[in-house]
Amino acid sequence: MDLQDLHDMAAAERDRQKPIRVLCCTSTGCQAANSLGVKRNLDSAIKRGGLSDRVEAIGVGCMGFCGRGPLVEVHSADTTEITLYEEVTPEDSASIIEALDGGSTTCLKGDPNHPFFSRQVRIVRENSGLINPERIEEYIAVGGYEALYKALYEMSPEDVVQEMTTSGIRGRGGGGYPTGLKWATVAKMPGDQKYVICNGDEGDPGAFMDRSVLESDPHLVLEGMAIAGYAVGANHGYIYVRAEYPLAIARLQKAIQQAKQRSLLGSQILGSPFDFKVDIRIGAGAFVCGEETGLIQSIEGRRGNPIPRPPYPAQKGLWGCPTLINNVETLANITAIVRRGGAGMPRSAPRRAKAPKSSRSPARSATTV
Amino acid sequence: MPATAATDTATAKSTDANPKVDKRLKVIDVTMKRNHYRQDALIEVLHKAQEAFGYLEPEILEYVARHLKLPLSRVYGVATFYHLFSLKPSGEHTCVVCMGTACYVKGAGKILDQLQAELGIAVGETTPDGQISLAAARCIGACGIAPALVFDGAVAGKLDTEETLARVKAWQP
Repeated sequence: MDLQDLHDMAAAERDRQKPIRVLCCTSTGCQAANSLGVKRNLDSAIKRGGLSDRVEAIGVGCMGFCGRGPLVEVHSADTTEITLYEEVTPEDSASIIEALDGGSTTCLKGDPNHPFFSRQVRIVRENSGLINPERIEEYIAVGGYEALYKALYEMSPEDVVQEMTTSGIRGRGGGGYPTGLKWATVAKMPGDQKYVICNGDEGDPGAFMDRSVLESDPHLVLEGMAIAGYAVGANHGYIYVRAEYPLAIARLQKAIQQAKQRSLLGSQILGSPFDFKVDIRIGAGAFVCGEETGLIQSIEGRRGNPIPRPPYPAQKGLWGCPTLINNVETLANITAIVRRGGAGMPRSAPRRAKAPKSSRSPARSATTV
Repeated sequence: MPATAATDTATAKSTDANPKVDKRLKVIDVTMKRNHYRQDALIEVLHKAQEAFGYLEPEILEYVARHLKLPLSRVYGVATFYHLFSLKPSGEHTCVVCMGTACYVKGAGKILDQLQAELGIAVGETTPDGQISLAAARCIGACGIAPALVFDGAVAGKLDTEETLARVKAWQP
């Protein structure tokens, strides 16, 4: 696989896509409100109406308004206008399809231009809610894995680390440690064997940004991990996910398999000498395993007892090797930084924070998600 | 080591006698083999064992310890450290009440109290007839539909006490 193959695959996927895409959220939040029933009925309504040649219903990731789920959005190739439906029930979902041909719908219409949506600057969640997370083709069609190609062929590992530093990105797990500095530390450590760990053991009540990213755009995280591996000199990555996120685990497993088949993970990625494999580790219900040393213990198959630092994981982490450990959301930012360059990242945080997103960004500034 | 040999034959005998047990042990064997009997795969193996057996009985822990060449204390330590592993059998049905902040604010605490009173068991226990297990979870991530409960793996939201009790009672014979 090389860049041309990637572009060919993207073009083929864009050709395949129907002009009218009915996007139905199939993330955990909406699934709990029976969005799978909605999706089934949308599919059968399309078939019944004989619209299969120009309309398709797609199960997508989180659209970001879980409280009003299940959400359905209609995107049409002829117009930029989006129709949003909220709290759709399986019973009246068929009327959404009828409304495409001038019929009327009984579904509750939402406002896609509501300030809740319009004030968001989407970086990490650029594709989420727009692509089917279970198909790598859709990710590639929106430019997926091109950042990895750019990093492998146009940048040296030091360049990648430099871009992270320039972007000012800080750890999105909550600690806010400068990511560029962390990467530089791991990159500088001697030793042939290093690891990248993606921390998906998010456990604070009401917090599920990691789940949202993993469920909606798993390839984004995998690509970010591969770039991280290239930058710090690691060829093995682990994603540690809570067992409470079965859907995220299933979608990640699928994504890893698809990426492996197309040599976007595994050995000789995109025809370069760089190897990187990713394994999933599933948690078992221990809040403390979100702490990095506890998490490393858990990956090693032990009780997740945190151990005092130093030595930091960057010096002596998984199996005593230098280990880069980043949160899901941090790793999901990597492709954007590589693509736009560190200086090209929008800054919504207070000026002195100099970061693409701050944990304490004031309510009045635009929200970066 | 006569002691190990004796348990080996004991396991072999009991598996011969009960083909169902044998099949479930096979699930564990396959998982261990796939992980090349690596000791760090312990949590994966215990996940599979619990999936197959419903809970982790002492014999299973011994079996896993022997095959991964780990001290039993280590296996027991891991099995008791993580909340998801249970050393006691669970009931036919499970009802999990989310006690995350959003659900708690929306009255999950009251629902849980009512359930405990109605079933006569505390959180983490099973009714004496082995029908219903009651559990509380930290945030299950369905705050949009708080208060949320999980009935036998299916999430249900925006529930009140009456509806919850009705659903649970429907399980009782």
